[in-house]
Amino acid sequence: MVRIRNLHFGYSKKHPLFQALNLSLDRGHIYGLLGKNGAGKTTLLKNIVGLAFPWQGTCLIDEQPAAARKPAVLEDLFFLPEEVYAPALTAEQFVAHTAGFYPRFSTEQLYEYLEELEVPRGQKLNKFSHGQQKKFMIAFALAANTGLLVLDEPTNGLDIPSKVQFRKILASALSEERCMVISTHQVRDLESLIDTVVVVHNREIVLNHDIDQLAERLTFARGAAAEAPGAFYQGASVGGPVAIRPNEAGAYSRVDLELLFNALTSGDATALHTYLNQPRHESVQ
Amino acid sequence: MEFRDNEAIYLQIAGYVSENILRQQWPPDDKIPSVRDLAGELQVNPNTVMRTYEFLQNQGVLYNKRGIGFFVAPDAEAKVKQFRRARFLQQELPELFKTIFLLDISLEELEQRYAQFKADQAAALSTAPTISNGHENQ
Repeated sequence: MVRIRNLHFGYSKKHPLFQALNLSLDRGHIYGLLGKNGAGKTTLLKNIVGLAFPWQGTCLIDEQPAAARKPAVLEDLFFLPEEVYAPALTAEQFVAHTAGFYPRFSTEQLYEYLEELEVPRGQKLNKFSHGQQKKFMIAFALAANTGLLVLDEPTNGLDIPSKVQFRKILASALSEERCMVISTHQVRDLESLIDTVVVVHNREIVLNHDIDQLAERLTFARGAAAEAPGAFYQGASVGGPVAIRPNEAGAYSRVDLELLFNALTSGDATALHTYLNQPRHESVQ
Repeated sequence: MEFRDNEAIYLQIAGYVSENILRQQWPPDDKIPSVRDLAGELQVNPNTVMRTYEFLQNQGVLYNKRGIGFFVAPDAEAKVKQFRRARFLQQELPELFKTIFLLDISLEELEQRYAQFKADQAAALSTAPTISNGHENQ
């Protein structure tokens, strides 16, 4: 659905953010986009949805350049920024103004989601608290039923029950026809929800892997096993030493996204890269 | 649902589905929740639930009616017990043996305790008859 080829982009010529970046995103998946502060997560999302224009290379949505902003592309795409803009309109007025741009928008779904997220009715959106504004826009974004849904830090500002509801709604809203991209720092909020992890670091995509595949190939070791030689990365946690090792025994260990992220973005991750990108050995079941 | 760290999530969900089948919450030939509904309920990626359902279909626990959904197989209970038994013997029992060996617990003691456990179970079942024999006899 999304094809980025050889993307070069930055806000100043002296400091390019992306150099020869490639990325493919398909329907039927929830992608988690991770990156350090300033790595360019939001900027990458803006390039994807046509709000920033590549210096070089292309960002395509269904073979159409996103930057051309064709109506046929825009009506099938929703981008929810981290800071939402809530105008002085009631929900009904906002729907009357905006929903027309999205042919598959469902008013019924919107009110269902608003109820599940406990967003009050009747008030003007700009009178809502920050969290409620965000929840309203999340509900609207999902009810637009677009093929591509891009959410920038959606769980920021949500209270605990709202995060649970958000996960429930998102899980049941994914279909074969939809592609969801979520950037986040709160990996724990979304851990069991995303199926593919994308990490942007040092001006390129350093990881774009299915979580199940990562679990098959890597062992996230704790305790004594974490101290043995041959690890790609070693770290410390409250529970003792932790490490990422090749999964030789074929045993399952939960993919620790925080540890994996640290391994990929600090110091030398060459060995880990080489290992993940080499073709898999036939594993013995 | 809280997930453990040492088993793939799709298998833990398979355990949850099996549990519902063994407890007769989902009787034979009943339609079980759709992939989307269960994913929403458990707050997991629908692809994970799909993997669970496909796995259980391969085990003969579920069957798929194209376009309608997944159903509990008539002999699901036996199939669940079969694959859970295999899992237990292969994965959990060796762990248990390790501990038993390490702590020097005798087989006699285990036997005694297991007999006691079975007696307690039987007593619990006879005081709470609603748990067993829900659907099969109707």
